[in-house]
Amino acid sequence: MTVAATTGTGARPARAGRQPPLAWVGTVPFLAYAGIFLLLPTGIVVWNAFKGNSGGWTLANISALNTGPVRTAFTGSLELCVISSAIGAILGAILAYAIASGNPDGIIRRLYIAGSGVLAQFGGVTLAFAFLATIGPAGLLLHAGWYSNFPWGIALIYCYFQIPLMVLVFLPAVDGLKIQWREAAENLGGSTWHYWRYVAAPLLTPAFLGATLLLFANALSAFATIEAWEDQINYVVPQSIGGSLISEVGLANVHEGDALALGMIVLVVIVMTGYFLLQGRAARWQR
Amino acid sequence: MAALNQPLADVAAELTGSAAARRPGGLRASQRRRLNAFRYLAFTLFGLFFLLPLLAMVRFSLEGTRPGTWSVSAWTQIASYPGPPPLLSSIEVTLELAVITSLVMLVLVVPTMIWVRLRVQWFSRVMEFICLLPLTIPAIVLVVGLAPIYNRIERYNVSALMLFWAYVILALPYAYRALAAGLNAVDATTLSEAARSLGARWGTVMFRIIVPNMWQAILNALLLTIALVLGEFTIAYLLTYVNLQVNLFEISRSTENAGVLFSASAATLLFAFVLLLILSYVGRRLRRGRP
Repeated sequence: MTVAATTGTGARPARAGRQPPLAWVGTVPFLAYAGIFLLLPTGIVVWNAFKGNSGGWTLANISALNTGPVRTAFTGSLELCVISSAIGAILGAILAYAIASGNPDGIIRRLYIAGSGVLAQFGGVTLAFAFLATIGPAGLLLHAGWYSNFPWGIALIYCYFQIPLMVLVFLPAVDGLKIQWREAAENLGGSTWHYWRYVAAPLLTPAFLGATLLLFANALSAFATIEAWEDQINYVVPQSIGGSLISEVGLANVHEGDALALGMIVLVVIVMTGYFLLQGRAARWQR
Repeated sequence: MAALNQPLADVAAELTGSAAARRPGGLRASQRRRLNAFRYLAFTLFGLFFLLPLLAMVRFSLEGTRPGTWSVSAWTQIASYPGPPPLLSSIEVTLELAVITSLVMLVLVVPTMIWVRLRVQWFSRVMEFICLLPLTIPAIVLVVGLAPIYNRIERYNVSALMLFWAYVILALPYAYRALAAGLNAVDATTLSEAARSLGARWGTVMFRIIVPNMWQAILNALLLTIALVLGEFTIAYLLTYVNLQVNLFEISRSTENAGVLFSASAATLLFAFVLLLILSYVGRRLRRGRP
């Protein structure tokens, strides 16, 4: 089909200000798909979280969240997320600065950014195997006794994808530090310490905190790695959710998984809202 | 450790080359020395941290029957590992899922995004919200709500390929961001007005004017989607389907330290890395083609 062949069909150029009422129909397939496979499942989770075993409405599922094993799982999740996101954020920020202070077109920068892109996604079963081969019971590097300790053993494994994610998220902020600001600080007699304390740190703080929150949410929702690391004990909430899905028979209430999932949604939404607010603040300096 | 030497050589080149004079300008020589020492140290330590687990995995995959010996049997086992189900069949399923998911994602998202950009602008915020929503509804939560829906699907089709319905949703945020970056770089309104004033139909505008201008973004979205499907475990495992990752997980539970675990994992990673390399080279050539 050539462009010339279509001239006879009476097509008119689009005119600004005139929106045919049927244009929105084009979004229907997308909306329908997202509705069925994203919004409906989310709705089902929220709906079922308040459903009793026999069908009526109840708050029993929610109050069941305040029992021993569930509380342990939530505490475990928080511990693991705080440790892995704090370590990941600090080390990732150091690496981001090392990358940003080099040649912007250099191979080392390209290598680390491409590598971060791969490794930030490199969660899952494979990652657990890689660390099993390195520091596991038969590990090549060392037979670390703490390999199977919660939370430190698994936190080290999580750092393997947290640090690259931090590099990806935080690098734009570090790149945004203008060399003129440092020169200005030095011209005014400031030392390196002054520059970092009074110029760079205040500028980078919102971006740093925002990125840390993103890492936190990332660790919170990770499931595959920790399941492959240890599937006999439910250390974190995702494992409890998985457990309640797999063995629905032995549960006191069939909708426990939904209540746990709702708890996760609430946590993630809080954390991600903080992230977006802080990102907005950080973006002011990144033009 | 040849891979490590390359970055170090690069730092050395930067120390003396023009690059060093350009970026940390305004630094005194002593400061620059300290900065470079810090960078040496950082790149070495982080490089070791990231490389050692990969190297250990590769070494494990090449271990013979007695410790300390070398053998490629774990790699040849990828094709023949009996399972059940056989490893090869789950690899096949995963690759098919990657293809189906990418195609459905493209067909669903690309035309909609262009259409919204050109004709239904008020919808763009809604679309962005929906596409980024899976970031706040992680897979482990989504699967809880998907379980009843998949119960319904299984009445018609029990194939593991049905996982693509959920995988498209998981890929949405990554695909959307890649595509939005590409679409923002194109002046879609002017292009479409020009084409329309020459008599082009909307289909022509979309697929022969806009899409060719965002190949790079489409390629990005494709590769992100493929990488995601190759590594997906949570949804398949909890809906009791068997894809590659679930199969590896099951093998690790039945046979401790089976060599095939490490060879198959290394192969998956290598595959994803090669895809990324292809992307970056094709991308650079596409960019160079532009004025």
